Amino acid sequence: MEILTQTWHWSVAGFLIAIVMLLLNYFGKVFGMSSNLRSLCAMTGVGKKVPFFDWDWKSQRWNLAVVAGAMIGGYVAVHFMNDASNVDINPKTIEQLSAMGIDAPNGKLLPDTLFGNQIFESPKMIIMLLVGGLLIGFGSRYAGGCTSGHAIAGMSNLQLPSLKAVIGFFVGGLIMSHYILPLLF
Amino acid sequence: MNLLKYLLVGFFFGIVLTKAEAVSWYRIYEMFQFQSFHMYGIIMTAIVTGVIGIQIIKRNKLKDIDGNLLTIQDKEKGNARYWIGGVLFGLGWAMVGACPGPIFILLGAGFMSIGLILIGAVFGTFLYGVLKDKLPH
Repeated sequence: MEILTQTWHWSVAGFLIAIVMLLLNYFGKVFGMSSNLRSLCAMTGVGKKVPFFDWDWKSQRWNLAVVAGAMIGGYVAVHFMNDASNVDINPKTIEQLSAMGIDAPNGKLLPDTLFGNQIFESPKMIIMLLVGGLLIGFGSRYAGGCTSGHAIAGMSNLQLPSLKAVIGFFVGGLIMSHYILPLLF
Repeated sequence: MNLLKYLLVGFFFGIVLTKAEAVSWYRIYEMFQFQSFHMYGIIMTAIVTGVIGIQIIKRNKLKDIDGNLLTIQDKEKGNARYWIGGVLFGLGWAMVGACPGPIFILLGAGFMSIGLILIGAVFGTFLYGVLKDKLPH
Protein backbone atom coordinates (compact mmCIF):
# COMPACT_ATOMS: atom_id res chain seq x y z
CA MET A 1 0.00 0.00 0.00
CA GLU A 2 3.07 2.18 -0.19
CA ILE A 3 1.71 3.75 -3.37
CA LEU A 4 -1.12 5.23 -1.27
CA THR A 5 0.83 6.26 1.83
CA GLN A 6 3.88 7.82 0.21
CA THR A 7 3.84 11.45 -0.95
CA TRP A 8 2.00 11.47 -4.27
CA HIS A 9 4.08 12.63 -7.20
CA TRP A 10 3.26 16.15 -8.40
CA SER A 11 2.31 14.95 -11.87
CA VAL A 12 -0.20 12.44 -10.48
CA ALA A 13 -1.65 14.99 -8.05
CA GLY A 14 -1.90 17.75 -10.66
CA PHE A 15 -3.61 15.42 -13.11
CA LEU A 16 -6.13 14.24 -10.50
CA ILE A 17 -6.95 17.80 -9.40
CA ALA A 18 -7.78 18.63 -13.03
CA ILE A 19 -9.99 15.52 -13.15
CA VAL A 20 -11.90 16.84 -10.12
CA MET A 21 -12.43 20.15 -11.92
CA LEU A 22 -13.54 18.45 -15.16
CA LEU A 23 -15.91 16.14 -13.26
CA LEU A 24 -17.57 19.18 -11.69
CA ASN A 25 -17.78 20.75 -15.17
CA TYR A 26 -19.45 17.57 -16.39
CA PHE A 27 -21.96 17.92 -13.55
CA GLY A 28 -22.66 21.44 -14.89
CA LYS A 29 -20.79 23.18 -12.06
CA VAL A 30 -17.67 25.28 -11.69
CA PHE A 31 -14.75 24.30 -9.44
CA GLY A 32 -14.20 26.90 -6.70
CA MET A 33 -13.78 26.44 -2.98
CA SER A 34 -13.95 30.02 -1.67
CA SER A 35 -17.61 30.41 -2.75
CA ASN A 36 -18.42 28.19 0.20
CA LEU A 37 -17.26 30.94 2.54
CA ARG A 38 -19.93 33.16 0.99
CA SER A 39 -22.48 30.39 1.51
CA LEU A 40 -21.49 30.12 5.17
CA CYS A 41 -22.09 33.87 5.55
CA ALA A 42 -25.40 33.75 3.68
CA MET A 43 -26.62 30.82 5.79
CA THR A 44 -26.60 33.00 8.89
CA GLY A 45 -29.32 35.20 7.36
CA VAL A 46 -27.03 38.22 7.20
CA GLY A 47 -28.35 38.80 3.65
CA LYS A 48 -31.18 40.83 5.16
CA LYS A 49 -28.66 43.52 6.03
CA VAL A 50 -25.87 43.01 3.48
CA PRO A 51 -27.16 42.59 -0.10
CA PHE A 52 -24.05 40.66 -1.19
CA PHE A 53 -25.24 37.78 0.97
CA ASP A 54 -28.85 37.99 -0.15
CA TRP A 55 -28.42 35.15 -2.61
CA ASP A 56 -29.71 31.68 -3.02
CA TRP A 57 -27.05 29.75 -1.11
CA LYS A 58 -29.23 26.67 -1.34
CA SER A 59 -28.39 26.53 -5.05
CA GLN A 60 -24.79 26.09 -3.83
CA ARG A 61 -25.54 23.09 -1.63
CA TRP A 62 -23.68 20.91 -4.11
CA ASN A 63 -20.49 22.84 -3.30
CA LEU A 64 -21.04 22.41 0.44
CA ALA A 65 -21.34 18.68 -0.27
CA VAL A 66 -17.95 18.84 -2.03
CA VAL A 67 -16.55 20.53 1.09
CA ALA A 68 -18.06 17.93 3.42
CA GLY A 69 -16.55 15.19 1.26
CA ALA A 70 -13.18 16.95 1.26
CA MET A 71 -13.24 17.11 5.05
CA ILE A 72 -13.88 13.37 5.28
CA GLY A 73 -11.18 12.79 2.66
CA GLY A 74 -8.76 14.87 4.73
CA TYR A 75 -9.60 12.82 7.81
CA VAL A 76 -9.05 9.51 6.03
CA ALA A 77 -5.82 10.63 4.33
CA VAL A 78 -4.29 12.06 7.52
CA HIS A 79 -5.27 9.17 9.80
CA PHE A 80 -5.01 6.12 7.57
CA MET A 81 -2.73 7.04 4.66
CA ASN A 82 0.17 8.77 6.39
CA ASP A 83 3.78 7.69 6.47
CA ALA A 84 6.89 8.88 8.32
CA SER A 85 8.48 9.65 4.94
CA ASN A 86 5.84 12.33 4.15
CA VAL A 87 6.51 16.06 3.76
CA ASP A 88 10.10 15.47 2.74
CA ILE A 89 10.94 19.11 2.12
CA ASN A 90 14.23 20.66 1.04
CA PRO A 91 16.87 20.41 3.84
CA LYS A 92 17.68 24.06 3.14
CA THR A 93 14.06 24.96 3.96
CA ILE A 94 14.27 23.00 7.23
CA GLU A 95 17.47 24.81 8.17
CA GLN A 96 15.90 28.18 7.38
CA LEU A 97 12.79 27.33 9.44
CA SER A 98 14.88 26.11 12.35
CA ALA A 99 16.64 29.50 12.42
CA MET A 100 13.16 31.05 12.73
CA GLY A 101 12.31 28.68 15.58
CA ILE A 102 9.86 26.61 13.50
CA ASP A 103 10.00 22.83 13.97
CA ALA A 104 10.87 20.43 11.11
CA PRO A 105 8.09 18.32 9.52
CA ASN A 106 9.30 14.78 10.37
CA GLY A 107 6.28 13.43 8.51
CA LYS A 108 3.82 16.03 9.85
CA LEU A 109 1.79 18.26 7.52
CA LEU A 110 1.85 21.30 9.81
CA PRO A 111 4.47 22.79 12.14
CA ASP A 112 3.54 22.61 15.83
CA THR A 113 4.97 26.09 16.28
CA LEU A 114 2.07 27.52 14.28
CA PHE A 115 -0.67 24.91 14.63
CA GLY A 116 -0.08 22.86 17.79
CA ASN A 117 -2.77 23.14 20.45
CA GLN A 118 -0.44 25.25 22.64
CA ILE A 119 -1.04 28.15 20.22
CA PHE A 120 -4.41 28.72 21.90
CA GLU A 121 -2.41 30.13 24.81
CA SER A 122 -0.50 32.53 22.57
CA PRO A 123 -2.34 35.73 21.63
CA LYS A 124 0.27 36.37 18.92
CA MET A 125 -0.44 33.04 17.20
CA ILE A 126 -4.21 33.38 17.56
CA ILE A 127 -4.10 36.82 15.97
CA MET A 128 -1.79 35.59 13.23
CA LEU A 129 -4.13 32.76 12.20
CA LEU A 130 -7.18 35.02 12.36
CA VAL A 131 -5.50 37.73 10.27
CA GLY A 132 -4.24 35.16 7.77
CA GLY A 133 -7.78 33.84 7.45
CA LEU A 134 -9.16 37.35 7.11
CA LEU A 135 -6.79 38.09 4.21
CA ILE A 136 -7.74 34.79 2.54
CA GLY A 137 -11.48 35.39 2.92
CA PHE A 138 -11.43 39.05 1.94
CA GLY A 139 -8.90 38.61 -0.86
CA SER A 140 -10.54 35.59 -2.46
CA ARG A 141 -13.98 37.21 -2.55
CA TYR A 142 -12.56 40.52 -3.81
CA ALA A 143 -10.64 38.66 -6.54
CA GLY A 144 -13.70 36.48 -7.19
CA GLY A 145 -11.90 33.21 -6.55
CA CYS A 146 -8.97 31.43 -4.96
CA THR A 147 -6.41 28.86 -5.97
CA SER A 148 -9.09 26.46 -7.21
CA GLY A 149 -11.34 28.98 -8.98
CA HIS A 150 -8.61 31.09 -10.59
CA ALA A 151 -5.31 29.19 -10.62
CA ILE A 152 -6.85 25.88 -11.71
CA ALA A 153 -10.32 26.46 -13.20
CA GLY A 154 -9.76 29.97 -14.60
CA MET A 155 -6.32 29.28 -16.04
CA SER A 156 -7.54 26.00 -17.57
CA ASN A 157 -10.23 28.03 -19.34
CA LEU A 158 -7.59 30.55 -20.47
CA GLN A 159 -9.15 33.46 -18.59
CA LEU A 160 -7.12 36.68 -18.53
CA PRO A 161 -8.73 37.86 -15.25
CA SER A 162 -7.57 34.64 -13.61
CA LEU A 163 -4.00 35.22 -14.81
CA LYS A 164 -4.07 38.67 -13.17
CA ALA A 165 -5.38 37.16 -9.93
CA VAL A 166 -2.78 34.37 -9.94
CA ILE A 167 0.05 36.86 -10.51
CA GLY A 168 -1.43 38.78 -7.56
CA PHE A 169 -1.47 35.58 -5.43
CA PHE A 170 2.23 35.08 -6.07
CA VAL A 171 3.21 38.71 -5.55
CA GLY A 172 1.39 38.69 -2.19
CA GLY A 173 2.81 35.29 -1.29
CA LEU A 174 6.39 36.27 -2.08
CA ILE A 175 6.10 39.49 -0.06
CA MET A 176 4.74 37.55 2.92
CA SER A 177 7.21 34.68 2.72
CA HIS A 178 10.32 36.78 2.15
CA TYR A 179 9.64 40.05 3.97
CA ILE A 180 6.85 39.68 6.55
CA LEU A 181 7.14 36.12 7.96
CA PRO A 182 10.79 36.71 8.99
CA LEU A 183 9.60 39.69 11.04
CA LEU A 184 6.95 37.59 12.78
CA PHE A 185 9.31 34.78 13.85
CA MET B 1 -30.61 17.17 -6.37
CA ASN B 2 -28.35 14.24 -5.84
CA LEU B 3 -25.61 15.39 -3.49
CA LEU B 4 -23.88 12.04 -3.16
CA LYS B 5 -21.78 12.44 -6.31
CA TYR B 6 -20.53 15.79 -5.02
CA LEU B 7 -19.68 14.26 -1.67
CA LEU B 8 -17.67 11.58 -3.45
CA VAL B 9 -15.84 14.07 -5.68
CA GLY B 10 -15.05 16.11 -2.55
CA PHE B 11 -13.80 13.01 -0.74
CA PHE B 12 -11.47 12.26 -3.63
CA PHE B 13 -10.33 15.90 -3.74
CA GLY B 14 -9.56 15.87 0.00
CA ILE B 15 -7.42 12.76 -0.34
CA VAL B 16 -5.57 14.04 -3.41
CA LEU B 17 -4.73 17.42 -1.86
CA THR B 18 -3.60 15.81 1.39
CA LYS B 19 -1.46 13.13 -0.25
CA ALA B 20 0.01 15.74 -2.61
CA GLU B 21 0.80 17.72 0.57
CA ALA B 22 -0.74 20.82 -1.03
CA VAL B 23 -2.45 21.27 2.35
CA SER B 24 0.92 21.49 4.10
CA TRP B 25 2.14 24.83 5.43
CA TYR B 26 5.67 23.52 4.80
CA ARG B 27 5.01 22.93 1.11
CA ILE B 28 3.59 26.43 0.62
CA TYR B 29 6.56 27.99 2.41
CA GLU B 30 8.99 25.88 0.39
CA MET B 31 7.22 26.95 -2.82
CA PHE B 32 7.42 30.67 -2.05
CA GLN B 33 11.10 30.23 -1.15
CA PHE B 34 11.68 28.59 -4.58
CA GLN B 35 13.23 25.61 -2.80
CA SER B 36 11.18 22.89 -4.47
CA PHE B 37 9.46 22.20 -7.76
CA HIS B 38 6.73 20.10 -6.09
CA MET B 39 3.94 22.70 -5.80
CA TYR B 40 4.76 24.33 -9.13
CA GLY B 41 4.63 20.88 -10.72
CA ILE B 42 1.18 20.20 -9.23
CA ILE B 43 -0.26 23.53 -10.36
CA MET B 44 1.25 23.35 -13.84
CA THR B 45 0.17 19.74 -14.44
CA ALA B 46 -3.35 20.60 -13.29
CA ILE B 47 -3.52 23.59 -15.64
CA VAL B 48 -2.12 21.70 -18.66
CA THR B 49 -4.53 18.80 -18.06
CA GLY B 50 -7.36 21.25 -17.50
CA VAL B 51 -6.64 23.22 -20.69
CA ILE B 52 -6.60 20.01 -22.74
CA GLY B 53 -9.80 18.76 -21.08
CA ILE B 54 -11.68 22.00 -21.62
CA GLN B 55 -10.50 22.25 -25.25
CA ILE B 56 -11.81 18.72 -25.83
CA ILE B 57 -15.13 19.70 -24.25
CA LYS B 58 -15.45 22.88 -26.33
CA ARG B 59 -14.30 21.51 -29.69
CA ASN B 60 -16.49 18.44 -29.48
CA LYS B 61 -19.42 20.39 -28.03
CA LEU B 62 -19.75 17.79 -25.28
CA LYS B 63 -22.87 17.64 -23.14
CA ASP B 64 -23.07 17.66 -19.37
CA ILE B 65 -24.71 15.03 -17.19
CA ASP B 66 -28.17 16.53 -17.84
CA GLY B 67 -27.66 16.49 -21.61
CA ASN B 68 -27.17 20.26 -21.90
CA LEU B 69 -24.33 21.73 -23.93
CA LEU B 70 -21.39 22.03 -21.55
CA THR B 71 -20.50 25.69 -21.22
CA ILE B 72 -18.11 27.31 -18.78
CA GLN B 73 -18.80 30.91 -17.92
CA ASP B 74 -16.06 33.45 -18.57
CA LYS B 75 -14.73 35.43 -15.59
CA GLU B 76 -15.88 39.06 -15.40
CA LYS B 77 -13.54 41.63 -16.93
CA GLY B 78 -11.74 43.86 -14.49
CA ASN B 79 -8.40 44.97 -13.16
CA ALA B 80 -8.31 46.38 -9.64
CA ARG B 81 -10.28 43.53 -8.10
CA TYR B 82 -7.95 40.88 -9.51
CA TRP B 83 -4.69 42.64 -8.72
CA ILE B 84 -5.57 43.94 -5.24
CA GLY B 85 -7.73 41.00 -4.22
CA GLY B 86 -5.09 38.64 -5.57
CA VAL B 87 -2.25 40.24 -3.60
CA LEU B 88 -4.31 40.27 -0.37
CA PHE B 89 -5.18 36.61 -0.87
CA GLY B 90 -1.52 35.77 -1.54
CA LEU B 91 -0.43 37.47 1.69
CA GLY B 92 -2.85 35.31 3.66
CA TRP B 93 -2.03 32.15 1.72
CA ALA B 94 1.71 32.41 2.44
CA MET B 95 1.12 33.48 6.06
CA VAL B 96 -0.99 30.53 7.21
CA GLY B 97 -0.11 28.18 4.34
CA ALA B 98 -3.68 27.29 3.49
CA CYS B 99 -6.16 28.34 0.84
CA PRO B 100 -9.91 27.73 1.18
CA GLY B 101 -9.91 24.05 0.06
CA PRO B 102 -7.12 23.03 2.47
CA ILE B 103 -8.74 25.01 5.31
CA PHE B 104 -11.73 22.67 5.18
CA ILE B 105 -9.63 19.57 4.51
CA LEU B 106 -7.32 20.22 7.49
CA LEU B 107 -10.24 21.03 9.74
CA GLY B 108 -11.82 17.71 8.75
CA ALA B 109 -8.53 15.99 9.53
CA GLY B 110 -8.83 17.32 13.07
CA PHE B 111 -6.44 20.26 13.28
CA MET B 112 -8.35 22.50 15.70
CA SER B 113 -6.15 25.56 15.21
CA ILE B 114 -7.27 25.70 11.56
CA GLY B 115 -10.66 26.70 12.98
CA LEU B 116 -9.16 30.12 13.71
CA ILE B 117 -8.23 30.51 10.03
CA LEU B 118 -11.78 29.54 9.05
CA ILE B 119 -13.28 32.09 11.46
CA GLY B 120 -10.96 34.74 10.00
CA ALA B 121 -11.84 33.70 6.44
CA VAL B 122 -15.61 33.82 7.04
CA PHE B 123 -15.23 37.23 8.67
CA GLY B 124 -13.04 38.42 5.78
CA THR B 125 -15.71 37.30 3.31
CA PHE B 126 -18.34 39.13 5.37
CA LEU B 127 -16.18 42.26 5.42
CA TYR B 128 -15.89 42.17 1.63
CA GLY B 129 -19.68 41.89 1.37
CA VAL B 130 -20.06 44.98 3.53
CA LEU B 131 -17.41 47.06 1.73
CA LYS B 132 -18.07 45.78 -1.81
CA ASP B 133 -19.66 48.92 -3.23
CA LYS B 134 -16.90 51.17 -1.87
CA LEU B 135 -14.09 49.16 -3.44
CA PRO B 136 -12.65 49.62 -6.95
CA HIS B 137 -13.33 46.61 -9.20
